[in-house]
Amino acid sequence: MLYDIRLSISYDYDQPAAAGRHLLRILPRGLPDQQVISGRIETDPPASFRRDGTDFFGNPTTEIAIDRPVDEMTVSFTGRVQREVTDSVFDLAPRLEDLPGEIAGFAALGPEAPHHFLGRSDRVHPSAEITTFARDATRGARSVLGALTALTHALHAEMAFDAEATEVSTPTLEAFNARRGVCQDFSHVMIAALRGLGIPAGYVSGFLRTLPPEGRARLEGADAMHAWVRAWCGTEMGWVQVDPTNDMVAGNDHVVVAFGRDYADVAPIRGALRSSGSHSTRHEVDVVPVNMERPSLDSVSTY
Amino acid sequence: MADSRTIPPPLGDALLSGYRPRAGVADELLRPDGSLRPVWQPLIDVLSRQTPEGLAQRFARGDQYLHDAGVYYRQYTTDGSTERDWPLSHVPVMIGADEWQRLSAGIAQRAELLERVMADLYGSGNLVREGLLPAQVVAQSPEWLRPLVGIQPRSGHFLYFLAFEIGRSPDGSWFVLGDRTQAPSGAGFALENRIATLRIFSDHYPQANVERLAGFFRQFRDALNGLRDEGSGRVAILTPGQETDTFFEHAYIARYLGFTLLEGEDLRIASDRLAVRTVRGPEPLSVIWRRLDSRYADPLELDENSALGTPGMVAALRAGAATMVNCLGSGVLETRALLAFLPGLCERLMGEPLKLPNIATWWCGAPAERDYVRQNLDRMLVGPAFSTRLPFESDRADLDPDVSIEELLDREGERLVGQEAVTLSTTPAFVDGQLRPRPMTVRVFAARTPQGWTVMPGGYARIGRTGDAAALAMQQGGSVADVWIASDAPPESVSLTEPATGPFVRRMPGLLPSRAADNLFWLGRYVERAEGLIRLLRAYHMRLSGGGTATQPLLDYLKTYLGTYAEPDDPVPEALLDLLGAARSCALRVRDRFSPDGWLALDELEEAAREMAGTRRAGDDAARAMGDLLRRLAGFSGLVNENMFRFTGWRFLTIGRSLERAHAGAELLRVFADDDAPSGAFDVAVEVADSVMTHRRRYSVETNRATVIDLLALDDKNPRAVVYQVALMRGEVAELPAATVAGRMSELSSALLRLHTELQVVAPEDLDSGTLAGIRDEIAALSDRLSAQYLA
Repeated sequence: MLYDIRLSISYDYDQPAAAGRHLLRILPRGLPDQQVISGRIETDPPASFRRDGTDFFGNPTTEIAIDRPVDEMTVSFTGRVQREVTDSVFDLAPRLEDLPGEIAGFAALGPEAPHHFLGRSDRVHPSAEITTFARDATRGARSVLGALTALTHALHAEMAFDAEATEVSTPTLEAFNARRGVCQDFSHVMIAALRGLGIPAGYVSGFLRTLPPEGRARLEGADAMHAWVRAWCGTEMGWVQVDPTNDMVAGNDHVVVAFGRDYADVAPIRGALRSSGSHSTRHEVDVVPVNMERPSLDSVSTY
Repeated sequence: MADSRTIPPPLGDALLSGYRPRAGVADELLRPDGSLRPVWQPLIDVLSRQTPEGLAQRFARGDQYLHDAGVYYRQYTTDGSTERDWPLSHVPVMIGADEWQRLSAGIAQRAELLERVMADLYGSGNLVREGLLPAQVVAQSPEWLRPLVGIQPRSGHFLYFLAFEIGRSPDGSWFVLGDRTQAPSGAGFALENRIATLRIFSDHYPQANVERLAGFFRQFRDALNGLRDEGSGRVAILTPGQETDTFFEHAYIARYLGFTLLEGEDLRIASDRLAVRTVRGPEPLSVIWRRLDSRYADPLELDENSALGTPGMVAALRAGAATMVNCLGSGVLETRALLAFLPGLCERLMGEPLKLPNIATWWCGAPAERDYVRQNLDRMLVGPAFSTRLPFESDRADLDPDVSIEELLDREGERLVGQEAVTLSTTPAFVDGQLRPRPMTVRVFAARTPQGWTVMPGGYARIGRTGDAAALAMQQGGSVADVWIASDAPPESVSLTEPATGPFVRRMPGLLPSRAADNLFWLGRYVERAEGLIRLLRAYHMRLSGGGTATQPLLDYLKTYLGTYAEPDDPVPEALLDLLGAARSCALRVRDRFSPDGWLALDELEEAAREMAGTRRAGDDAARAMGDLLRRLAGFSGLVNENMFRFTGWRFLTIGRSLERAHAGAELLRVFADDDAPSGAFDVAVEVADSVMTHRRRYSVETNRATVIDLLALDDKNPRAVVYQVALMRGEVAELPAATVAGRMSELSSALLRLHTELQVVAPEDLDSGTLAGIRDEIAALSDRLSAQYLA
């Protein structure tokens, strides 16, 4: 699938906010099954300093500084992304009890290593309640992949999508106890559940196509940046992405922006402006399939 | 002259008669056969020649020094934190120079080993790839900070200042309980312990052949200065701030070494340059000695909730903007589980065995180690593997209390370590006038210099509360002691300053961060505002009391005016307590620039006001209370005016006071010298402005509008007059940096000139309430101009 993507995040401040710095993670990643054909990040007002880079997990980052007080700020991304995921997934995953051995045998600390994605991270803490839920949901699963699938179904059945129930700062356990939340909550609970079982699990931020193909229902989470989960299914299979909010494998409808341990690693904007008054935020996302077969070579630009 | 008092005999042999170390425990003072170790002989001789009273006097001298120097530590309890007296154990720990030298070699080796481990963990990652270190031990440590991976420090080194908590085994050998690599504290406290102990043994110390500490600090200071950018850039100490338990030490070390003390808010990063926000504008900074834990250093790339950090710090370091001492992320080396692997890592990285072993540690993520711990639980401390606390700072509480250790080992072994339940040596401490053996650990310090690692000849000893020598007992707290490294020969004499060879050079104080200036400016404003409110309250309550002659219209008028500042029916209103609290908190943030006496005066003032609140009644009682507060306030102002060095910081304090006084004066006149004000209002104005006597001497008439306006607005000889305060501000502002830019006055200077001129030429009869309101607003605008130019 080829998508034209537009994201804009705006802040309105009651009182002018002081100069500040921000770290953005809104540019989609290049991946074997995802190519960024073009992409542009802009800010209004224009940044006085800007640097593009890559973080530990290989996500594209943009640092910006704005050197004077502002009462409005907009950060936007526009770009075109090619996403081609092969549909079928063969189960090459080990049994759950063999996973620790495979993890221990992975003697490296690169960004793809499973070790980063176990235990505690900033936003996901081990929780006995969630682990118990995960054990019950995956009873009888024959492989890590089987457990992942069972858990995705179970969590989707257990939790209700509710945009009003939580905020970006709501703790994972609180959302789980309420059994409701948005994609961020679904993903954090899912990560805690997987880690509770000893399965390395991380957070994926990205975009979801806005309008479904004809005959299919619109997916939840398409009107803002979306979040889903990836789990490490052993040396042979590696990382598998699932979307617990929509109870599906993350595929051609999902465009990856960033990988991390939890939301704290991939937040689209880090670094708030300091203001004595309150502020409001507005998110807008459009992910529209392009009605053409292939981009011609001369329309390819670098980002 | 005959003295009828009986002089008590010296302690003599009685000193040691009750001193009995436990069996199976090494003792610093006595050999296993009960004989005295030679290194202690001179000190024991001194002690045994003392009478109990003489000894108590000596100890009191040490304690007095600590008290006067303001040495305190902050203790956290469930209902907040309090400052506590420094618990000095008056007997130093004696260690022989030869033994110390061997120990130092082990420390230096360990420091170098840690440097190499750090370089690997944030660089090539070979140790994990080669299987010498399990990936999980690194990845699960909350102190391994991924944004730092791949950043090469610009100086080529990661670690500069380290501490090691060491203890002595029953066989007499030393071992490490924990490596302190994050931002180790204690060196400054060790210095203070030395100075206090020196007061106690002032007669003995000069010939005791004890190694001096100053040389170590001088070497490290020079090393840090050597890391600066060529020709420019400063060295600063970065502190988390006043609320930290070790803030005293940060301020002390900064003063001692002559470095600027900064908080994260003082730093600004622009185009990959690191600068201090000062009243002179940004000043380049090139070396930061960090006393702040790494993860708080940058809310953008590290802990997003940190309010202590500097946004963009990690990016600036990535770009080589500054040298961080120690590099961010160094806390990973404190991870308990790492201790299990250091012996092997030493062989691999140094090509030799560890000279100074650490407490035996087993990481329970590996099956064989887990089984070993399970089978030896009776001589193990089991705790969280990724904790950075010392072994005796047990954190069993962090583990699930409802689950047995055996079950935890099965369920989450990779999160646990077993550590040998070690026994420490004992050292003498006075307990109820008797020398008693008490367990101890010593914190030892190592610094990187261009010549390699150097170890401070001395340390910071912690002494246990009870005789129990199990290391675990140390968590109950206790006291601290100086550590004397003694040799047969007199040590080389060093002090922090080089001998004076050239002509005397007067050194001016260092830069003034905008944050400090801002706090001083507002301290001045709040104190003056509080004084104004107190005078107003006194005037009101005096007139309320029965004997007063005030008419009801005047009382109502006063009450309405007072009501714009505080609840008038409350004798000690909340608003006054708030002002004093605000003044106190400004002073707290610049405490390192303040005399302890000035601070104490402000602290007591606030406390006195709080005690009065709720107990004082309206009328005479409240008026007297206000009089009391005014006298205390005068005490504070006097201390500040008499003792504070007349430099830029003082100017901001003074400008704050003047601005507030001028502003309040204009407003007071606008209301109380108004044509429509009730009878008696002129007297209120003169009284609140503390000018009753002056008025009586200057004018032989009753107060009238012309005399009041002339005296309180236009008289340049009256310190309470608006024009006087404006002139004073003009003078101070002219001395500030950038008062003129390229021959032109700054906006602030020219606004002051306009205002001053207006007040000099205006006639009293033209100063009506409307004009006074305009003047009041111009004064208020000065504050915004000053903030924009110097404090932003």
